[in-house]
This record gives sequence, C-alpha cells and structure tokens, in this order.
Amino acid sequence: MKLRYSFGGDEHLFVECSEEMSLEAFFHSLSMTNRVRDAKIRGVTEICPANASFQIKFDPDIIHPDDMLKEVQAIELADQKSEPVIKTRIIEIPVYYNDPWTHETLMRFRERHQDPESTDLEYAARINDYKSVADFIDAHSGAPWIVTMVGFVSGLPFMYQMVERQRQIEVPKYLRPRTDTPKLTVGYGGCFSCIYSVRGAGGYQMFGITPMPIYDPTQTTSYLKDFMVFFKPGDIVKFKPIDRETYDAEVKAVENGTFAPPIREVSFDLNEFNKDIDGYNAKLEGILNDH
Amino acid sequence: MTIKVLHPGLATTVQDLGRPGYYHLGIPEGGAMDRLALIAGNHLVGNDEGAAGLEAVFMGPALEFTEDAVIAVTGAEMPVLIDEEEVPGWTALSIKAGQKLSFGFLKTGARIYIAVAGGIDVPMALGSRSTYPIGALGGVEGRAIAVGDELPVGTPAKKAEIGKEIPEALRRKPGTPAELRVLPGLYDHRMTDASLEHFFSDEWKVAPEADRMGYRFRGGHPIAFVEREQPFGAGSDPSNIVDACYPYGSVQVPGGSEPIVLHRDAVSGGGYFMVGTVISADMDLIGQLQPHTPTRFVKVDMETALAARKDRAALIGKIRALF
Repeated sequence: MKLRYSFGGDEHLFVECSEEMSLEAFFHSLSMTNRVRDAKIRGVTEICPANASFQIKFDPDIIHPDDMLKEVQAIELADQKSEPVIKTRIIEIPVYYNDPWTHETLMRFRERHQDPESTDLEYAARINDYKSVADFIDAHSGAPWIVTMVGFVSGLPFMYQMVERQRQIEVPKYLRPRTDTPKLTVGYGGCFSCIYSVRGAGGYQMFGITPMPIYDPTQTTSYLKDFMVFFKPGDIVKFKPIDRETYDAEVKAVENGTFAPPIREVSFDLNEFNKDIDGYNAKLEGILNDH
Repeated sequence: MTIKVLHPGLATTVQDLGRPGYYHLGIPEGGAMDRLALIAGNHLVGNDEGAAGLEAVFMGPALEFTEDAVIAVTGAEMPVLIDEEEVPGWTALSIKAGQKLSFGFLKTGARIYIAVAGGIDVPMALGSRSTYPIGALGGVEGRAIAVGDELPVGTPAKKAEIGKEIPEALRRKPGTPAELRVLPGLYDHRMTDASLEHFFSDEWKVAPEADRMGYRFRGGHPIAFVEREQPFGAGSDPSNIVDACYPYGSVQVPGGSEPIVLHRDAVSGGGYFMVGTVISADMDLIGQLQPHTPTRFVKVDMETALAARKDRAALIGKIRALF
C-alpha cells in the first residue's frame, strides 16, 4: 500500500494509507502509528490513528517538518515487513434497537432525511436489500466490529464490520446533520457504525441505543474509573440485541455501579481472518462466551 | 477569594493554554482562541503564561470581587468598566473588594480575556482548566459560567505593577479584510485547479455559525470537484472522504459550499475533504473575527508558515521582556 503524505499547516503531518476503507488500510494505519510511537521522535506531540489514515502533530520549533516527513517515511519502509496481528480485547455491547428515544429524535428531524416516509432502520434495511428490519438487525448484530478510529467528539468509536465487502452495510449520512442525537445512540454513516458518546449534533442514521456509557468525565462509572474514555482503536465489539426490560435493568445496573461489560483478551490475525471470516468470527465469539 | 458571577455574558468560559495529548480520543486541546491575548493578560497580572482566565465572546460578563484583586482585560476592543467607570484595556488594574467589573458594547474583535492575579483556580481536568462544554470537561462543571457561580481565584505568583500596559504595537489584530494564511494540501487534489484558484482569490465573509469548534465562511464560489467514483466507505457526496483526522486550522467544505476552519475545540475527525490548513501563527486572529467580517485565504508555502510562526514567537518574546 503506497502512503500519501501531506502537511496540515506547520504542525501536522497527515498520512493516507488508502482512499477507500478496508481492514488492510486500517491495520496499516495502526501498525504505522504504533511504530511512530515506539520511535519516540523528538517533537511529536500527538499520534492520531484513523480508519484508513493517520495524523501526527508535532512542534516545528523542535523538528523541521521536512525532517518529520523523512522520519515517518523511514518508518514506512521498515513497516513493510510487519504482520497484521494485534493483541486486543473483545467486548459485548448491549443494544436496544428501534428504541423510543432515537425514534422520537428521528421523527423530529424527518425533513432532513433522504426518506421522510420511513424510519432510519427501515431505510437502511431497504437500500441494503434486506427483507425486513429484523433481518437487518440480525446482520448488524450478527458479526463483530473493529474500532478503527476514536474521535470526532470525546471517545466516540468508529467501527467497521468484520465481514467481506459484499456483506458490508453502507448508508448515507442525513442530508443535513441533526442538531440533536440522544447520548449513546448507535449510529451508521458510510460504512461505519458509531456510538455517540455524548448528546449533540450528528449526521449518522440512528438504529438504537446502548445502556452502557462509553465516556464519563466524572469517572464515577465502575469500568471508567481508570480513564474516562472506554474505547481504543483495535477493540473488537459484538453487539447484543436487548429488549426494553433488559435495557431498563442495565441502565439501573450502570447507576448502581454493578454493570460490567463482558470483556475478553484476544489476539487478531488479519491473514487468518481473511482465510475463513465466519469461522474466525465464530471463534472470537466463542472466547467472548467462554466456549 | 472568589469572584461572583452577576451576569455571565453570552458564553464566557474558563480557558488556559489548553489540554494537548487527547486529540486521538476526540478530546481537543481547547484553550484560549486568542492565545496571545491571554498570555499578555497573564503577564500584566503577574501570572504564569498558562494560568486560566475568562474568555468572553461578543459580550462581557458582570463580575463582583469579594476581595481586592489585580486584573487585566485583553483581546477585543470592548469598554472595561469598574463600578460603571471606564478603565483602560491591556493594562494592569486594581479592583477593590465589592467592586463590579462589567463591559460596554463590543467595538472591534470578538473575544476578550479577563486575567486575574492568581488565575481562575477551578480543578484541573486532564492537565488543563479549559472548559470543553461538549465533553462536559474542565472549567466550572464543564460548562460556561452562570449567574450565581463563585469562581475560585488562586494565590498570585508575583506582584503586578498597577498601571503597566502592553503597548499598542504588541497587540495583534486581524486586518481589513482579514487575511488568513493557508498552506494548501490534505485533499486539495479533489478540487479542480480553477476551483482552488477561486478559493484563494474570492472574498469570503464570516458566517453566523462561528464558535470555538469552527468558523464557517460564506460568499465565495462553490467548490468544483475533480470527477471520480467515490471510494468505498467514503459516502456518495463528492465532498466526502473515508472519515479521517482533522488538523487544527484545517479548512473543510461540507457539500462543497461553505468552508469551515476548525479551531481549538475542533472535532478530531470526520468525513469531509479539506482544502488545506490555516497556519499556526494565524489561529489567534480567527478568534477575533466577528460574523460578516470580509476575509481572504492567502496561499502560502511551508517556509512562509515557519517564518510567520517565528514572528509570532518573537512578538510574545517582546511581551515577556516587558515583565
């Protein structure tokens, strides 16, 4: 994969691994950013991996932009031999699909939608050739996702589904972004799922909501005591559809501090994954469920 | 001591020099939009350059001091009033217990900085006191100040010289029209050559949607894109890319119609193509632009960007040397 380099003003180096999204492009970005971090280049102030690209912020008073570029290009050469294998974790995230809160919001912003006559789920199911919303939800929650970027706003994960290209769901964003999105909405735009970490503006289609906070600046949520942001790039997520009753119970459990998302350590090998996607995913899910 | 908030102004927030290190998680560096003005204010009151002050946009707050204090107001031109009496800006002022600090109508610029000897002593959040409202982080409970708030003030580091001022020549302001220097790049290859030329020759105006996250501009030609089949995952609009990182100062053009320059509270990434990036030396100026201000984007190369950065550092050096 040939990288494309460009400067973002005098403080950023922007590197595109690929114009289009793929797991290969993501793994290239992740491995490059890990190597840049390990190289401890003087003057680097931020390393931001993204879906199929990455960005390095640096202090040009310490390192000249041209030298920064040379350092990263040298890392690109060294990176060509690296294996796309990571040690990561798999997390089960409960989702209440077709919930009343995102439904209320999507009705409020119907005039900004491609299809004002249907809901976001109905629209996404139809344009992706699913027979019903239920079939669509099965596909969305049936195979795991990998967090390919954390950002936009506080701790929001962009996730890419671990299935072959033909099975990837693709939906456009709203025609005009909404000014409101419920906190913890599970959204979809382009080929990415996201979880809105905070309430606010958004342009992704809304499919459901999770009871599980993923950002907590007060750090009172039991599993966010060490750090206020839950996700990191490379995390694997499996959505579990839940009903209203379970949702309410889990919201209460979060408040009591008794909610603990199932999390298992796993390693992920892209080459092995590509040989048998469904088999590999089944193995991952087995580890999650302790089979 | 504390400062009582009698009126919060329009959107007054606690800001210091920011919170670098968390952009990869979507938490922006934040901090004063006009860093030079905050630094100058802190020097006037005897604080470290990075002490937290108040940033008020378009309209000043009304504040009551519970103890004697030393303050300075820098940034935009807005009459500074102590008990309704006008006092000079960019000057170290003494204010007595029970006196009220308030402001007249904004004349030029957009943001004032209120520095207090000792700094606004709200708790640190991820290494900074800056308010990031979207993430409910920093400042006063992660939000703009409100009526009834009591803002804690720290212990002054050193004694300030009352009446000392920052000379006019060391105050940096946008020109008319404002000129923002831009290093082209990022996704500028998505634009036709003629369109890129228009971007730099058109006169733009600051749109009403202009805040700490980004400044929107209007009035130039819509962007014309080089034709292509959109890459997988990017989205169907020609202004879409596979969601990527956004540099601070980068100029994105959603739908190809109105450029948005991302600022201190920027979203860290997203799916819109970018023309290039406003150079670091000119970021302070953006924070002083009012809606409708005529603005030109001036194309520069890296050498010019680095020279401008040196000039700005030299200007801050001159301010530092006064104290």
